[in-house]
Amino acid sequence: MALPLETAPHPETLKRVAIDPLTRVEGHGKVTLLLDADNRVQQARLHIVEFRGFEKFIEGRPFWEVPVAVERLCGICPVSHHLAAAKAMDQVIGTTLPPGAEKIRRLMHYGQILQSHALHFFYLASPDLLFGFDAEPQKRNIVALSALQPEIARKGIQIRKYGQEVIRLTAGKRIHGTGAIPGGVNKALTPEERSFLRKDIYAIIAACREAVELVKRLFEENRAHYEAFASFRAHAMCLVAADGALDLYHGGLRARLADGALLFDHFDYSHYWDVILEDVKPWSYMKFPFLRALGDCDRGWYRVGPLARLTLCDYIPTPFAEHERKEFLAFDEGAACHATLGYHWARMIEMLFAAETIKELLHDDDLSRADHVGLAGERRERGVGVIEAPRGTLIHHYRVDENDQVIRANLIVSTTHNNQAMNEAIRRVAQQYLDGNELTEGLLNHIEVAIRAFDPCLSCATHALGKMPLIVELFDAEGRPLDRLVRGADGRCQRA
Amino acid sequence: MSEKTTFWLDGAEIPFTAGQTLLEAARRAGHYIPHLCWHPDYKPHGSCKLCTVKVDGRFVSACTTLAQAGAHVENRTAELDDMRRTLLQLLFVEGNHFCPSCEKSGQCLLQATAYELGMMSPHFDHFFPNRPVDASHPEVMLDFNRCILCSLCEQAAKRDGKFTFVMGGRGMRGRRVILNSESGRLADTDFSSTDHAAHVCPVGVILKKRVGFAVPYGQRRYDQAPVSLLDVAEAIK
Repeated sequence: MALPLETAPHPETLKRVAIDPLTRVEGHGKVTLLLDADNRVQQARLHIVEFRGFEKFIEGRPFWEVPVAVERLCGICPVSHHLAAAKAMDQVIGTTLPPGAEKIRRLMHYGQILQSHALHFFYLASPDLLFGFDAEPQKRNIVALSALQPEIARKGIQIRKYGQEVIRLTAGKRIHGTGAIPGGVNKALTPEERSFLRKDIYAIIAACREAVELVKRLFEENRAHYEAFASFRAHAMCLVAADGALDLYHGGLRARLADGALLFDHFDYSHYWDVILEDVKPWSYMKFPFLRALGDCDRGWYRVGPLARLTLCDYIPTPFAEHERKEFLAFDEGAACHATLGYHWARMIEMLFAAETIKELLHDDDLSRADHVGLAGERRERGVGVIEAPRGTLIHHYRVDENDQVIRANLIVSTTHNNQAMNEAIRRVAQQYLDGNELTEGLLNHIEVAIRAFDPCLSCATHALGKMPLIVELFDAEGRPLDRLVRGADGRCQRA
Repeated sequence: MSEKTTFWLDGAEIPFTAGQTLLEAARRAGHYIPHLCWHPDYKPHGSCKLCTVKVDGRFVSACTTLAQAGAHVENRTAELDDMRRTLLQLLFVEGNHFCPSCEKSGQCLLQATAYELGMMSPHFDHFFPNRPVDASHPEVMLDFNRCILCSLCEQAAKRDGKFTFVMGGRGMRGRRVILNSESGRLADTDFSSTDHAAHVCPVGVILKKRVGFAVPYGQRRYDQAPVSLLDVAEAIK
């Protein structure tokens, strides 16, 4: 059974429009649309066309190398891969982390959440929201934001910089550090380092509160548009703490169906395959995970990430963020909880949660304890590490042989979990805004706005100072070109 | 008593004692001559050619050439450093040197020397050889992807009266370190993790297992100072 707009019954009679490249995380994505003679959308697909291969080329490598090797998957969220792999390897060596080590890892992770969410919202997404989805392309970037809204840009840069500093002091480098090792971390924080970070954390919390207010104001001012834009109900999944609290570092899996029913709760992720399976479709290199109990990916697809987390957790254990979560849930009787742009609001609340959590951790003397590596215990062949990365649930699964070499790896990254949800979002946008209309750059950007709400890495390239070249071609049923739009490196859009 | 006299290295007067090589005398005097296969504890054999200098206009290996009184030696000239960079680039493309995920990064002589000589790219096409990891030994792992054929492991094993590692094969792709066991696996040799050979590798081939990235950034060997300073500092301490 195919989903609506996933596969047109007679594609040979339709015109094809491709947004290619979308330039995603570490490579390329594209969107293809099939239109009939009246420009009505009959099919819309998000394709991730690049093959990464990490799962294959870490085979044979020693297990202690993996947390550092796999973080190269990403330049924006390397800490998430680093920590998920380290958590898996903790299981392989059968260790229990000393309290200081887990807290340092948590600090590293929340530093990562802070910088990644700030990058995602301020640098990449906010120009769309502040200047309009169909604003001139030259305005849709961080440079224009700095010129036109310098105070907002400055706050974004300030928050991101602070997050990067947290990562530097816990992982050794701002990007691609080595802090987490199997069984713990390779350094504790000195009292001086903690004092250095404590100095600015209150200003960062204040800046994060302003960021939440900014998104809230955007929702209030554009209520109908924001609530309707690519809005849909979906199943959702994330980690939650044992008491149901929001916890982005560790917990059990919780999934709730679109109708509100709980499918599973506090599920031990070391056997995640009992509740999640992966499917494939012939038109995409990216797999389609689904909730196993629902049978297949067309029925069992789900949403992960900030929107899923805030709607699934019972509460947020920091006061400012919890207050904001309640407002978010109550907004127009929950309308923001199903809106794709609600991801940005939820994202800013999580950023505030990260800042508050960092503040708590920095006052904990365990961060400076000398015992930051646990003793190896009973060796296990399998290790599964799951973490809530900025974009959603991230699963790392490894098998290691008796010679310490990785013999199998399976990574289900956040973008993959959200594969079907992103496809659903672009189909909504295609129906809402493109259906029956002549294509313009601004209309096509609506599709990218929806993808950007899920995935910062896609938007990263798209908003690379207006340099992403984009060619959209429209062909008739016989393959004759009808229309061609070219966006150049200078951001100008021309009909060629 | 050795007779003391001098030679000239890049315009500086370097004292030496009879029987000292150019490289030994230069290090003692605080001057760095780039090298990879030379090690103070083992007999020099001049195989990597990185220490090539010009003595009165002739190319020689500084690690095997005895110092001569009054000789004029060129070392850190643009011409020689350019040739050294090429040698390094050849080494990088012949193996699989993925510094970002290598646990020897920051403590690797090849990497440190490439930094020292300003190697900015591999320049040549990579060979991407297929060299499986030997993780058969319980304490030590061998990753020959990173081997630069310095033969220090062979010499260090001999110091312990062993022939664990032997240079063998011929040609650009054939030359390699062979393990002295019928299976060809380290676990089946007489190797012990306390052998000198376990600690001599200048790159990331012979590695103690389960150590990995235990040394944080900022505390790795070449985080402290560049190889040129550390090398001569060790010579004169």
